[in-house]
Amino acid sequence: MVDGELPKSKADVDARFTELYRTHLRDVYSYSYYRVGNHHDAEDLTEQTFLQAYRHFERALREANGRPLRPWLIRIAHNLAANFYRDRSRKPESGIEDAGMISAPHTTESLVEGREQLKAILDGVQQLPDDRREALIMRFALGMDNREIARALGRTDGATKVLLHRAIRQLEGMVSDPVATESRGSDE
Amino acid sequence: MSSGAADFEALLREALSPVEPPADLAQRLELTLVNLTELAHEELDAWELKAMRDPRNWVRPAAAAVVGVSAGAALVVLRVRARHRVRKQRSNSALDLAQRTLHDVGEETRRILPRRR
Repeated sequence: MVDGELPKSKADVDARFTELYRTHLRDVYSYSYYRVGNHHDAEDLTEQTFLQAYRHFERALREANGRPLRPWLIRIAHNLAANFYRDRSRKPESGIEDAGMISAPHTTESLVEGREQLKAILDGVQQLPDDRREALIMRFALGMDNREIARALGRTDGATKVLLHRAIRQLEGMVSDPVATESRGSDE
Repeated sequence: MSSGAADFEALLREALSPVEPPADLAQRLELTLVNLTELAHEELDAWELKAMRDPRNWVRPAAAAVVGVSAGAALVVLRVRARHRVRKQRSNSALDLAQRTLHDVGEETRRILPRRR
């Protein structure tokens, strides 16, 4: 079937959904993981996202007009994550549970310092306001461009560009001067 | 973009590297989706054939196609989903969990569809 063409049968719908699921499982899981901070809840959130997506898939295909469905999928995960915190009256975990994921190659000398810097960045990401944290996860963990992020967050392209810029600057400030950031509290 | 900003973005990209989902998550999710689709179709077929014998019910297959598959399947999904943690705790392997999930899907489908006749 040509991409963007609407499915003609239930079998076509299922085939398209399977393709979507296989292509974006890692995206949804990565997003969920960085939102909730642990693998157990990330698995739950990923499952719920795809089950919900399956229920509304045909309508999404019709309304997408051939545009990529990743922003729609991430938006479902975003909404479910918001409900997840509301229902369970909890906040995102302050740290990411699996430090082993910071596994990019380092030289021996820079290993300790590098890992600390990456950990400081991850901690900073968790402390950002929700919309800024979300935008950063979408950009850097999922590699989404401004337009895709805008669609997932329901914002304009321009507002998304500004959001990302401010998120990066705030995080940079937090990482380079954590004491000052703490004393400023929630001014940002 | 300054080199400092570029460096920081490179660090950010490294810190937020994509996370691979566990292999059993992919298998479990795929199995659930396949089972849901197949069971919904089988139950709907049986229901339609029975209903077609009575002319008063001829309108029902059309409704079933809409209500049975979308709302019915949605309800099955939600109910099966709600018991996932319990099944996971009771299961001693991925296969056992898959069998329990399949059993739950069947039970819920049978429980929900007769109410609509």
